[in-house]
Amino acid sequence: MKKILLTFLLCAAGFGAAAAPDPALVRQLAAEDNSDKITAIQQLAQTADPEATRILQAMADDSLFLAGDKVFIFDGETARDALSGETAEMPDDAESVTVNNRLRGELANALAALKLFDPDSAVRLAAARELQSNVGAEMAEILGRAKAQESDAQIKALLSLAHAQATLQDADPAVRLAAVRALAETASPAVKSLLLPLTDKATEADDGVRNAAIIALKEIERRLAWGETLAAIFSGLSLGSILLLAALGLAITYGVMGIINMAHGELLMVGAYTAYVMQSLFRNYLPEWIDWYLPAAIPVAFFTAAAVGVLMERTVIRWLYGRTLETLLATWGLSLVLIQAARVIFGAQNVEVSNPSWMSGGVELLPNLILPWNRVIIIGFALFVLFLVWVLMNRTRLGMFVRAVTQNRPMAGCVGVLTARIDTMAFALGAGIAGLGGVALSQISNVGPDMGQGYIVDSFMVVVVGGVGQLAGAVWAALGLGIFSKLLEGWAGAVIAKIAILVAIIIFIQKRPQGIFALKGRFADQ
Amino acid sequence: MSATSSVLSLPASGRVPLTLRVFAALDRKAWIALGIFLALALIVVPVLNLAVPPESAFHVSAYAITLIGKIMCYALVAVAMDLIWGYGGILSLGHGLFFALGGYAFGMYLMRQIGRDGSYQSDLPDFMVFLDWKELPWFWLGSDSFGWAAFLVLAVPAVVAFVFGYFAFRSRIKGVYFSIITQALTYAAMLLFFRNETGFGGNNGFTDFKRVLDVPITAPETRLVLFALTAIALAATLVFSAWLVRSKFGRVLTAIRDAESRVMFIGYNPLWYKLTIWVISAVLCGIAGALYVPQVGIINPSEMSPANSIEIAIWVAVGGRGTLIGPVIGAFTVNLAKSWFTVSFPEYWLFFLGLLFIVVTLLLPQGLVGLWKKLISKKQGAQA
Repeated sequence: MKKILLTFLLCAAGFGAAAAPDPALVRQLAAEDNSDKITAIQQLAQTADPEATRILQAMADDSLFLAGDKVFIFDGETARDALSGETAEMPDDAESVTVNNRLRGELANALAALKLFDPDSAVRLAAARELQSNVGAEMAEILGRAKAQESDAQIKALLSLAHAQATLQDADPAVRLAAVRALAETASPAVKSLLLPLTDKATEADDGVRNAAIIALKEIERRLAWGETLAAIFSGLSLGSILLLAALGLAITYGVMGIINMAHGELLMVGAYTAYVMQSLFRNYLPEWIDWYLPAAIPVAFFTAAAVGVLMERTVIRWLYGRTLETLLATWGLSLVLIQAARVIFGAQNVEVSNPSWMSGGVELLPNLILPWNRVIIIGFALFVLFLVWVLMNRTRLGMFVRAVTQNRPMAGCVGVLTARIDTMAFALGAGIAGLGGVALSQISNVGPDMGQGYIVDSFMVVVVGGVGQLAGAVWAALGLGIFSKLLEGWAGAVIAKIAILVAIIIFIQKRPQGIFALKGRFADQ
Repeated sequence: MSATSSVLSLPASGRVPLTLRVFAALDRKAWIALGIFLALALIVVPVLNLAVPPESAFHVSAYAITLIGKIMCYALVAVAMDLIWGYGGILSLGHGLFFALGGYAFGMYLMRQIGRDGSYQSDLPDFMVFLDWKELPWFWLGSDSFGWAAFLVLAVPAVVAFVFGYFAFRSRIKGVYFSIITQALTYAAMLLFFRNETGFGGNNGFTDFKRVLDVPITAPETRLVLFALTAIALAATLVFSAWLVRSKFGRVLTAIRDAESRVMFIGYNPLWYKLTIWVISAVLCGIAGALYVPQVGIINPSEMSPANSIEIAIWVAVGGRGTLIGPVIGAFTVNLAKSWFTVSFPEYWLFFLGLLFIVVTLLLPQGLVGLWKKLISKKQGAQA
C-alpha cells in the first residue's frame, strides 16, 4: 500500500514516470467474485497510472479477456497483453470478463477519479463534472488528494463538492460539518436529497451538523427557487416570441382590413410544412449541407405562405370587403380546406422535423436552469423578424401606405393610395410572417395538420391587448402574455393559467377597450 | 292573405291580448306548416316506428328517429343563434358552450339515475369511483332530483351568459372582437371540462345512461317521447322567436344591429337589449343540450370545441340569417349532408364543409331562403 501511495504521489506531482500496474491486481480484475473485482478496481484507481486507465477503460468497454492466468485486451481486431500493452496472440479459449451494472458504476467512478490526475485540465474538468453525482464514501480519500493538488479554481470547486458528498457519511462530526458547509454553496436538487437525512435526529446525532444541514437546505432551496423563477421567465420569453411571430402578421391584417383571418394558424402550418419539405429535399439531394436546411427554409416559407395568402385574399377575402363577420366564417372555411389539404398531401400523422445540429443542446446557467439553444435562437429570430417588420413599416413607402390605410382608409384612398393593392400587399406580408413563425414552430413543437388551430385565439389575444396597428403594442402584449402565463402555469397548472389569462383579458378590456397602445382617432364607432 | 294581413297590421304593442299577438307572430301559411310538422312528429312518426313492421318500406327506424331528433336539437340551437346573429348582429362563436352546459346539467341527473347499475355497483357515478372519490362534490348536490336538473338546465347557461355578456357588452365589445372572445370562452371551458378534477368525467364526459324519470332510456317509447318533446320545443321556440322579433323589443334589437350608435343617441341603452337576447339565446341552447343528451346518450367536452360552435354559425348562414325558418332548414341541410358524407366520403367532409363556408358567405349571403325568394321574385318578374 505504501508503495502504491508513493507511486501515486510521484505521479500526482508530475515528475514520476508511470510504473506498470501490479500484475496481481490486474489478474484480480478477472476474478470470479464481484467484490474481488471491485477491490481491484478501487485499488487500481488509487494508482493514478495511465496504464491503469487503459486497462479499466478496456474493462468498461467489454474488451478485457482472460486466458489462463494472462489478461488480454481485444478490441475486435488485435489482441494486446493487458500488462505490457504489446501485441500478443490471444488463445482461442479466452473468456470475456463479465461486467454487471454494479461494476460499471464502479468503473465509471474509478475512470473519472483517474482522469482527475490527467495533465490536461479539460479532461480533469470533465472528470470532476462526472463525479458530481453518485459519489460513494470510498472515493473520499482520492478526491481529497486530487483537491489538494488541483491548481485550477473551477475544477477545485467541483472537487470540493464531490469530496463533501463523499464525506457526508463520515464518522467524525467535524468532517461531516465541513462537508455540509461546503454543500451549502450548491444549487442542485441532487444535493438537496443528500442533505435531507442529516436534518433528522434519527439519522444525525450531532446538533451542530444538523443545524448546519437545515441552514444549508434553506440556502439551496432559495437558490433553486431562483432557478425555477428564471426558468419560467425564460420559457415565458420563448412562448412570447412564438406568440409575437404568430401575432405580428395577424396584427397587420387586422389593422389594415379590420378582419380576423381565422386561417392564420394554418399559414403557420404552411410555414412549418415548408421547413419539413426543405429538410426532405436537403436530405435527398444535399445530404452534406443538411444543417443548412433551416436557413434555406426561411425565405422559402415566407414566399410560400405569402403566395397562399395572396391566393386567399384575391379569391375570397376581397369580395367580402366591409362584411367582417362573414370574413370570419369564410376564412374559417379556408382553414378547414387547408387542414384537410395538408392531411391529404402529408398524411394525418405528425411529420418529423429535426433540429439542425447547431441548434441542439443548451447553455447551463444554473444546475436547474438550462437554456436550450433552439429556444434561444427562436427568441433571436423573433427579434430579427420584428426588426424587419419595423423597417418595412416605418422606413419604406409600402409601410407608409399600410399605416395610412390603417389609420384612415377613405382618406388614404382620397389622396391616391391604391387601397385594394395595399390590402393584398399587407395580407401577403402578414401571411409571410406567419410562414416564418411556422418555421420557428417546427423546431420546438409537433408539425401536423392541426398544429395551427391552437394559435388563433392566443394570437388574437395579443392583438386585443396590444391594440391595433401598433408594433410596440404587439411586442409588449406577446411578451407579457407569455411570461405571465408561464409564471401562472408553474403556480397553478396550465389549464387554470389559461382560464385566468382569459378572465384577466376580459377585465383588461373593460378598462382599456382599445388595448395598451390605442390609435388616436375621432370615430364614434370603433 | 287578406285575413292574416289584417291581423298583422295590429300594432305590435298596445292593448291587444298577448294570445292574439302571439297568434299574429306567424301568418296563416306558417301556422299550417307548423301544424303539419307537429302532426308528423307527434303522430305519424311514432305510428310508422311502432306499428309498421320493420320490413315495410314505410317503417321509420330507430336510427332515423335518433338522427332526426338530434338534428332538431341542432335546429333549436340554430334558431337561438339566429336570434342574436341574424336579429342582433352579434356573431357568437361560443354557443356550443351553452349547449354543452345544458347537456351537462341534465347529464348529471342521468348519471345519478344509473344508480347502482354502473360497472362498480356504487352510488357514485363510475368515473368518481375510478378517481377514488368518496362522496359527491358540492355542485352535484340535488342532482338526483329531476326538478333541480331542469332548473339547472335553464339557470346555468343563463347565469354564465349574463355574467359574460354583461361585462362584454358593457365595455362595448363588438364585431370580431366579441366573436373571438366567445371562442376563447368556449375553448377555456373545454380545457376546464377535460380535467378529471373538475368533476364532470374528464375526457369521457357522461355516458352509459340507463334511465330517465325511472323509465329505461333506450326503450322505443322513451325515444319517441323525447323525439316528440324535441319537436314541441322546436315549434314553441319558433313561435316565441317570431313573436319576439316582431315585438317592440325585436324592432329595437334590429335597429341596434343596423346602427348601434344612432340607437344609443336616440336614448336607448343597447346593453340591456343585447344582454336580454344573449341570455335568451343561451337558455334556448341549454334546453337543446338537455334534449340532445338523453337521445344521443353521451356528452363530453368536445361539444365545447371552437370548431363545433363555429359550425352552428354555418347552419344559420346556409339557411338564411334574419329569417326564422332559415336556421331550421340550414341545420337540417348541413347535418344530413354531414351524416351522408362521413359515411360515404369521410375524407372529403372537411373539404365540403370548408367550401360551404366560403361559397355561402361569397355567393349566398341570404342563404337558401334568400335564394328561394330570389327565384320566386324572378319568376313573378318574368310573368309580369
